[in-house]
Amino acid sequence: MRDKLVQLKTEALEQFQQASSLNSLNELRVQYLGKKGELTEILKGMGKLPAEERPLIGQLVNEVRDALEQLLEERKVSLEQAAINDRLSKERIDVTLPGKKVAKGNTHPLTQIVEQIEDIFIGLGFTVAEGPEMETDYYNFEALNLPKDHPARDMQDSFYISEEILMRTHTSPNQVRTMESRKGEVPVKIICPGRVYRRDDDDATHSHMFHQIEGLYIDKNIRMSDLKGVLLAFAREMFGEDVQIRLRPSFFPFTEPSAEVDVTCAVCKGSGCRVCKETGWLEILGSGMVHPKVLEMSGYDPEKYTGFAFGMGVERIAMLKYGIEDIRHFYTNDLKFLKQFNR
Amino acid sequence: MKVSYNWLKQYVDLQGVSPEELAEKLTRSGVEVEGIENRNKGVSQIFIGYVAEKAKHPDADKLNVCQVDVGQAERLQIVCGAKNVDAGQKVVVSVVGAQLPGGLKIKKAKLRGVESQGMICSAKELGMNDKLLPKDQQEGILVLPEEAEVGQDAISYLGLDDAVLELGLTPNRSDCLSMIGVAYEVAAILDREVKLPDLSLEEEGASIEDKVHVQIEAPEHCSKYAARLITGIKLGPSPFWMQSCLMAAGVRPINNIVDITNYVMLEQGQPLHAFDYDRVENGKIIVRLAHPNETIQTLDDIERKLDPDMLLITDVSKPVGIAGVMGGANSEVNVDTVSILLESAQFSGVSIRKTAKKLGLRSEASSRFEKEVNPDAVMDALNRAAQLMITLGGGKVAKGVAVETTKEWKEPTISLRLERVNGYLGTSLEVGQVQEIMRRLRFAAAESEQGLQVTVPLRRQDITREVDLIEEVARLHGYDQIPISLPEGGTTRGGLTDYQQWQRTIRNTLTSAGLFEVFTYAFSDEKVMYDFAPFEAEHKGIPLTMPMSEERSHLRVHLLPHLLETASYNQNRQNNDLSIFEMGRVFLTEEAELTKLPKEKLCLGGLLTGTWLPQQWTNKPQSVDFYDMKGILEMLFATIGAEQVVYRSAENLKGMHPGRTTEILVQNIPVGYAGQIHPELQNKYDIQEAYVFYIDLEKLFPLVKRTNDYTPLPKYPASSRDLSIVVDQAISAGDIEQTIVEAAGAILEDVHLFDVFTGEKIGAGKKSLAFSLLYRNPEATLTDQEVNEAQERVLQELTAKYQAELRM
Repeated sequence: MRDKLVQLKTEALEQFQQASSLNSLNELRVQYLGKKGELTEILKGMGKLPAEERPLIGQLVNEVRDALEQLLEERKVSLEQAAINDRLSKERIDVTLPGKKVAKGNTHPLTQIVEQIEDIFIGLGFTVAEGPEMETDYYNFEALNLPKDHPARDMQDSFYISEEILMRTHTSPNQVRTMESRKGEVPVKIICPGRVYRRDDDDATHSHMFHQIEGLYIDKNIRMSDLKGVLLAFAREMFGEDVQIRLRPSFFPFTEPSAEVDVTCAVCKGSGCRVCKETGWLEILGSGMVHPKVLEMSGYDPEKYTGFAFGMGVERIAMLKYGIEDIRHFYTNDLKFLKQFNR
Repeated sequence: MKVSYNWLKQYVDLQGVSPEELAEKLTRSGVEVEGIENRNKGVSQIFIGYVAEKAKHPDADKLNVCQVDVGQAERLQIVCGAKNVDAGQKVVVSVVGAQLPGGLKIKKAKLRGVESQGMICSAKELGMNDKLLPKDQQEGILVLPEEAEVGQDAISYLGLDDAVLELGLTPNRSDCLSMIGVAYEVAAILDREVKLPDLSLEEEGASIEDKVHVQIEAPEHCSKYAARLITGIKLGPSPFWMQSCLMAAGVRPINNIVDITNYVMLEQGQPLHAFDYDRVENGKIIVRLAHPNETIQTLDDIERKLDPDMLLITDVSKPVGIAGVMGGANSEVNVDTVSILLESAQFSGVSIRKTAKKLGLRSEASSRFEKEVNPDAVMDALNRAAQLMITLGGGKVAKGVAVETTKEWKEPTISLRLERVNGYLGTSLEVGQVQEIMRRLRFAAAESEQGLQVTVPLRRQDITREVDLIEEVARLHGYDQIPISLPEGGTTRGGLTDYQQWQRTIRNTLTSAGLFEVFTYAFSDEKVMYDFAPFEAEHKGIPLTMPMSEERSHLRVHLLPHLLETASYNQNRQNNDLSIFEMGRVFLTEEAELTKLPKEKLCLGGLLTGTWLPQQWTNKPQSVDFYDMKGILEMLFATIGAEQVVYRSAENLKGMHPGRTTEILVQNIPVGYAGQIHPELQNKYDIQEAYVFYIDLEKLFPLVKRTNDYTPLPKYPASSRDLSIVVDQAISAGDIEQTIVEAAGAILEDVHLFDVFTGEKIGAGKKSLAFSLLYRNPEATLTDQEVNEAQERVLQELTAKYQAELRM
């Protein structure tokens, strides 16, 4: 019996060693260690042994089983490893092949600029007000201190629909509409983005339709110095922390004093270049203190309240920011143009 | 306004201030200088010469050999080809070593064998704008007046040592439409004196009283009319210094009388007109409105039909001029004129503006009247011109002025409160500083309890209220000197409204799905604007009264024609694969003629054309189809909170393919449509097959749900079953799915169609649809029986409704 066990051990170990797959290894496990396996069969003969031999043989059987099981486990691990390695090498792909295309579009560059400006002023506590693109003469001109026959109406040749109705020439009518709806409440803090229309022939720098963003802040004790402060905060957020602003006196019928606002040229940082015509400055905004007549007409007592307003052309800012040379690109929508604003 | 630097020096000291510095200072304090033109275009070493002799060139018919005295010891021999050169002329000579514009250098030369020591110059060769020269000086060499001094530097004589500042005046600063007005502005900026011209006048002639009468019959259009009579005029050229001033201002010299009126207009800002006194009947001037159907032949020899709201200058029988706009040919000063009736008047700006616009006759004069001239300048200009007509025209001025005044002007006194100044600007100025600024402006300012009482001269008609004075303080104190602060009020909450935020979500969703946002014009072409079905009853496009072109003549009523145009534009530029959308307004009205503002409806339009999936190593190219677009819309609706979206076949929508178009309903309300465009439109716009969608955002927004509902995660497992049926091809999958949902009952959690199949196996006119159904009971584990019963109900219902057969 002892010989049988020794022989079984030798044979089994050799076969385990030679097993080339997990399947054949499993078959061997059943063959030797299974319920009907050879080792079990030997154990069944134990009863016939003399009592004094039983413990010795029993011990031997255990030794043989342990040895078999140990090798079995080792082989299993190593065969599993081999199988994984085999799979990995078969599954190799060319990672340099291009990925599958996912469609991606983007918003219009003017939308991007508008949203950026909106977000800056939202951060400063402003809300966004919108109004009609077609306006009455009253809101577009008269309520903004541009009575009929005012010479300044020359500056804005307009698309009229009838005597009293026209396409708005600026977003400023929103100021009036908002003030009227607020019925004398303060503060009024709005920005108004939108399309505006002027009778210009379309060329590289003119468009009969373009976009403006207008801002209005009315409260007690609003000063021109506050206008400077708010616009400086805006300019730095929009164009970079190191820019300066410069105000130049100007004229708008609905503000007084009025100012054109320049920012440090983004291209040359103020040293002078072709873009800023060697001045170091770029004009980006019109602004001023709200004219007392405008406040009066919209139901705000100019002795009690003051305010400032500003407006800027969105196309102009986009053109400066990206160096776009032709304003018509914004409206012809060549895909090669649109695609470039994908961030 | 063009301002000659040298001319300006007559009225204000510009010592130590270069034209460039002056321009910068003016711009920074509110009068923008748009450009500086150096009148010297690169000329050096030119002198005034005297042509002592002229002889024919021995070997060239067209050339002359001149002996020219330029004040040097010896005369210069110069070969000249100009026709008009002659002995006895004073001319401009560029000597050897001189430079002319364009880098031309004058060298000693031999012309056909004859030595030439310089060149006799034409105005053009000197870089002068020859269009401003009198006609006889435009051709050939420039011939100077007798009094030009031989040997003198011609650069200064011709006024080329000058710079012209081009002012871009805002409408409020019409006071700067005169040299004196600009001088006041410069004096205020530099804090220097203003030197006004001498206006003294010797009235040597007889009294004007019996000779000229002035009568204003339209007082609301003319507040003052003044006239002088100057006799014994000799018409001729004006002196060169005056011509030079006019040319610097861009005005062409004509003769001494016209030049004087123009010169004084430029100096004083007051337009003048000279009538030939002998052609004004009875010397009687009547200022009145035109009679119906009245006409006048103006100076430019054009017969003008007049409207009854146009202001005229007439004599007893006929109009002699359109007030402030243009004189009449019948009273024009000519070579036979000996007596001048000189007009200086103040007309209503509005009236002149309307007349000039209607007649298309805008001139230096009308543009000044339009902005209201300085009432104080009326008499000053009249006297100044009369004085110059004595000295330069050889005339005698009659005693007195014929004048009628219908309105007296008074200088306004405005109270300027110090607290208001500082409160408005954020400055901390003291009353003395403000008073100092008023002094520089030549505004009388007396101290008062709250600040200053300021009396504003009539030349500054833009200043009528306190805030106008505050602006003067701000710009002369310097905008740079205003501090930087932030508003002191409390903080407020900024943000977008739900609707605005929702619009951003739409943009972001569509761009994530591969679409590009476009912006198209709001003006449409009538030929295309009605190509697509509108949302509501047919709306008429609103026409512009003065469109710039037919293509942009109406307000758009629909977005899709513009997107088709965009597709066509892109296809012509080889961008064949295009996925675009626009969010924009359309303008809708039911009125035939607009009396109130139209409805501006915010709409969303989209267009997909060309290849949707490009050819890659993983797949063949796939053209965009209806279902690509529908998938995008489904994702959009899910993201923006549109629930209960139903797609219903729409066979009758204008512009759309009848078999490939769906109407879109949200909660049973139609909000838009989507589908393939009609092949006819494809041809009309010359584009490829295209799919479009059009959604009424204003209608959709109130129907959406913008928040998420949370349901606790399921505790019990779901059970999935497939169901394949065969039905007639005409039956729509949407109807079947609807029936499944209704028949299966509450335990149906989800259903989706996963296969559609047609073919011989199925039978002609039939199709097979395969659905996957997911059942779940949130309260308990489902039994097979429950699920089987549900499946059975579904099948029975489908069989009953659609004669569906279960596919084995």
